[in-house]
Amino acid sequence: MATKASRSAARLMMAPAVVLLLGWMLVPLTMTLWFSFRNYLPLRGGDQGFAGFDNYVRFVTSSAFWPAVLATLFIVVGVLIITVVLGVLLALLLDQPMWGQGIVRILVIAPFFVMPTVSGLVWKNMFLDSVNGLFAHIWRFFGAQPVEWMIHQPFASIILIVSWQWLPFATLILLTAIQSLDSEQLEAAEMDGAPALKRFWFIIIPHLSRAITVVLLIQTIFLLSIFAEIFVTTAGAFGSKTLTYLIFQRVLESQNVGLGSAGGVYAIILANIVAIFLMRIVGKNLDA
Amino acid sequence: MGRITLSNVTKSFGDVEVIPPLDLTIEDGEFAVFVGPSGCGKSTLLRLIAGLEDVSSGEIQIDGQDATDVPPAKRGLAMVFQSYALYPHMTVRKNIAFPLRMAKLDKAEQDRRVNQAAEVLNLTDYLERRPGQLSGGQRQRVAIGRAIVREPAAFLFDEPLSNLDAALRVGMRLEISELHKRLNTTMIYVTHDQVEAMTMADKIVVLRAGHIEQVGSPLELYRAPRNLFVAGFIGSPKMNLIDGPEAKKHDAHTIGIRPEHIAISAEKGDWSGVVGVSEHLGSDTFFHVHKTGLADTITVRADGEVSLRHGDKVYLSPRLDMIHRFGADGLRLS
Repeated sequence: MATKASRSAARLMMAPAVVLLLGWMLVPLTMTLWFSFRNYLPLRGGDQGFAGFDNYVRFVTSSAFWPAVLATLFIVVGVLIITVVLGVLLALLLDQPMWGQGIVRILVIAPFFVMPTVSGLVWKNMFLDSVNGLFAHIWRFFGAQPVEWMIHQPFASIILIVSWQWLPFATLILLTAIQSLDSEQLEAAEMDGAPALKRFWFIIIPHLSRAITVVLLIQTIFLLSIFAEIFVTTAGAFGSKTLTYLIFQRVLESQNVGLGSAGGVYAIILANIVAIFLMRIVGKNLDA
Repeated sequence: MGRITLSNVTKSFGDVEVIPPLDLTIEDGEFAVFVGPSGCGKSTLLRLIAGLEDVSSGEIQIDGQDATDVPPAKRGLAMVFQSYALYPHMTVRKNIAFPLRMAKLDKAEQDRRVNQAAEVLNLTDYLERRPGQLSGGQRQRVAIGRAIVREPAAFLFDEPLSNLDAALRVGMRLEISELHKRLNTTMIYVTHDQVEAMTMADKIVVLRAGHIEQVGSPLELYRAPRNLFVAGFIGSPKMNLIDGPEAKKHDAHTIGIRPEHIAISAEKGDWSGVVGVSEHLGSDTFFHVHKTGLADTITVRADGEVSLRHGDKVYLSPRLDMIHRFGADGLRLS
């Protein structure tokens, strides 16, 4: 891209992609912003003109708002902790040479390919069901009273399901990072008198910090908007309503597009706040 | 302090025997260089001594103590790796202090030793930098610093200069030799570069396919190579090896004559040939002489002022007292 001609040619060729992407993002964003200031009730009179900031005030003052924000953060943080910790351990394990390595790695990645709705249903009915689920059988085998997972442990259930789905992603990225570690560094540390645990703490973890940052950032973006897992399991009951789910309820169950759009704008703000915090905490790892 | 003895040591990876039974003693305070072509097992041998690989059989003694099954950290050896293996996320100070921190020395003692090492190695201005911000030579010094703070019984160097450019390599060679003279600690140094071996070593160990071909001081190896392999490996440019009738005249299967022991002349001499490529180094000129009827090429060292051109007919006269004679089995005939 040295000459003027090649630069403008490059711009021209990039234009379709840029226009498409901009349209893809800008149109829904603008529509959300537009509807959030309208009093729009599709089944009760349709679009009834401007509402000012009424929707925003109503959404925040609703008793469901703060619990939903907390639930969202709780689920995101829980899943992040579980996937990163187990991801590091699994990656260490998979990095060891073993028989059938290729097959094991594919099996580990497999949950990532299962659709969220499907995995939610499978977990709910085959594992967590209090009468016929696998867990219930295990509990009964040890003579314990089976747990009503969906009712008494809604957060644990959802975090469990979502973690199961995202663990392969974390493992995969961390595994590639571990494989890029220079083995001479580990040997040098061994010669320097560092036992295995200290080698892990002083050499492997710092080496993985950048990959962990990437995992945290990418997962946060996706986890803030999880929906299907909640929809098919608790359907937002028992306090497991996230911000995304609240917005869904406002738009479709209450048929209030304006209120839901205002919630959508709050969700954008929340996502950005979380992103800024994350960047502050871990972003320095991304500097070279 | 640092006498290292290997007796009957072998190493196999699966069915492949990399090191056949091998005996070797490195005396305390000695600078020993393992040299050989790549794949000759010299790095493996070093890693066996370091404890990073387990021996398949045999015994390693350090200071008379059996160290065969002692883990690397407990052997009291320090190693400098080819890639330096610095910890990229730690500052130079923390890198150098790492072994002390692992040994749980108190902070003041750590600082004292790190500062001392930094002074010796001219790293004082760089202590707060990270390895990524240093040049190759500085990184090398940090790696050496990390080794010397432990005050080990012996230093192990695994091709430490091969990632440096030629000028730096000469400088670091001197620094490591100087360090050895000052610390008077055993050093084992692995290289494939025979110039490094010749210039630094007290004792050179020439290896081929895991076998020790010869052990001796640099000049012993140069003056009396035990076999054809050592003859060809030590010395730069290589010794000229001549088979056939010319060797028969000296009652040998093969004779060897170093380039510096042949006189070249345009008028008369024992052998004749045609000048091929000539390499001018300024102080010396190396002529590659063809069509001598003795070998493909005879390399001759001449004074830098001798001027002969490509295609000139020349005469060569070897110094008869400098001819090395070898038998059909490749061994030196005395």
